[in-house]
Amino acid sequence: MEWDWEFVREIMPMLLDGLRITLLATLLGSILAAVAGLGFALLRRSKSRPVARITGFVVEFIRGTPLLVQLYFLFYVLPELGLLLSPLTAGVVGLGLHYATYASEVFRAGIDNTPRGQWEAAKACNLTPYQTWRHVILPQAIPPMIPALANYFVAMFKETPLLSAITVIELMSEARGVANSNYRYLEPMTMVGVLFLCISLIAVPALHLLERRFRPTR
Amino acid sequence: MTDAIIDIDRVTKRYGSHTVLQDLCFSVRPGEKLALIGPSGSGKTTILRTLMTLETIESGTIRIDGEPLFQMERNGSLVPADEAHLHRMRTRIGMVFQLFNLFPHKCVLDNVTLAPMLTKGVRKADAERRAMELLDLVGLADKAHAMPAQLSGGQKQRVAIARALALQPRIMLFDEVTSALDPELVEEVLNVMRMLGSTTDMTMLLVTHEMSFAHDFADRVLFFDRGRIVEEGPPDVLFTNPTHERTQAFLKKIIAAGQRI
Repeated sequence: MEWDWEFVREIMPMLLDGLRITLLATLLGSILAAVAGLGFALLRRSKSRPVARITGFVVEFIRGTPLLVQLYFLFYVLPELGLLLSPLTAGVVGLGLHYATYASEVFRAGIDNTPRGQWEAAKACNLTPYQTWRHVILPQAIPPMIPALANYFVAMFKETPLLSAITVIELMSEARGVANSNYRYLEPMTMVGVLFLCISLIAVPALHLLERRFRPTR
Repeated sequence: MTDAIIDIDRVTKRYGSHTVLQDLCFSVRPGEKLALIGPSGSGKTTILRTLMTLETIESGTIRIDGEPLFQMERNGSLVPADEAHLHRMRTRIGMVFQLFNLFPHKCVLDNVTLAPMLTKGVRKADAERRAMELLDLVGLADKAHAMPAQLSGGQKQRVAIARALALQPRIMLFDEVTSALDPELVEEVLNVMRMLGSTTDMTMLLVTHEMSFAHDFADRVLFFDRGRIVEEGPPDVLFTNPTHERTQAFLKKIIAAGQRI
């Protein structure tokens, strides 16, 4: 088996199309994971016992089941219950919710690390609970979490090939498509690996930069 | 006592099985400067924290300006206070903490303007003008744009005082505000408090281990032990001629530790 540069050149546009979808899914999934993760973390701290319990159960349930199963459920089972999601939407929701459960742990730790005195000072300043979260707690809690969150988003990026199982035409499905129709796997699969590696290699120094930028100063 | 700004009536507070405040009764006149002294764990800090609504009480009544702090009237009977009532009551009270508790992500000026803008709807320009006056008052106008981490402990504590003053409380609570400071920084904070004591008619309650400051500053001193007031009186009497033996023992220990009274 010999490496065929001509074939690589031929399939590159398709692979880059797939990479575009991969990156889009990662970006949207990360945003959803961050927002839903914060939501989970706040609901778990709710004063209402049932709300905190149910959220805790949902989080454990999502984290304790495989992402692939969740993706199948979202894409193939929900339509039977009347909710039809496009492949990309189902993929983003699946990735986002799955990683939201990990993100919620990061948020929870960050919030717990905020000293008690900050809550008390906010109360002595007569801020409402919402104002306390918005102006005092979250602005302090979130920056130190950003490196840990970014780590999960890189992990999410590397799990996007699972989306090919629910017909999202991302990098992996594009590659499998051209491989199957040309009976050549060496170049497509190698290029998938190379493209993932390139993005990850860019992400590593970016992560270090984030870690330096948000190193706690207190 | 109907003219009291703070009236504490048979207040009991427990942490689990440990009783921190035991049937506590005392009241404070408007404008009075009150020093709370006593061994650690005697409940004096808990009183300030309770007045600031950072703690709740098991039984008894606290009234601010005659109005119950933890209860409110509804249809002629007293019911536990809701958040709106507590919010309204807190507008009368400010607190300065032992560990400053400045907001570390905000500059000095924003620390002082945040609460007036959020809780009273003061416009930014007005809040900043007022904040600069207060920072000037505590001698830190030149640090308005510094971050708390760049300040010394004494400077942090003076910012914390300005932050509390910005809400124009009628009652100020000072909880061991010099205990966390290096000795050479204590005086700058005490000077600010002396100035406040002599230029404002705020009611001030301070928990302190600085006996000579309490002596000069306070109109009245309460000596606490094990959640009760053992002895109270004007500083001249309580410090020089205490009647209760526990007060005598406490003051003897303080003097032995090298403090001037």
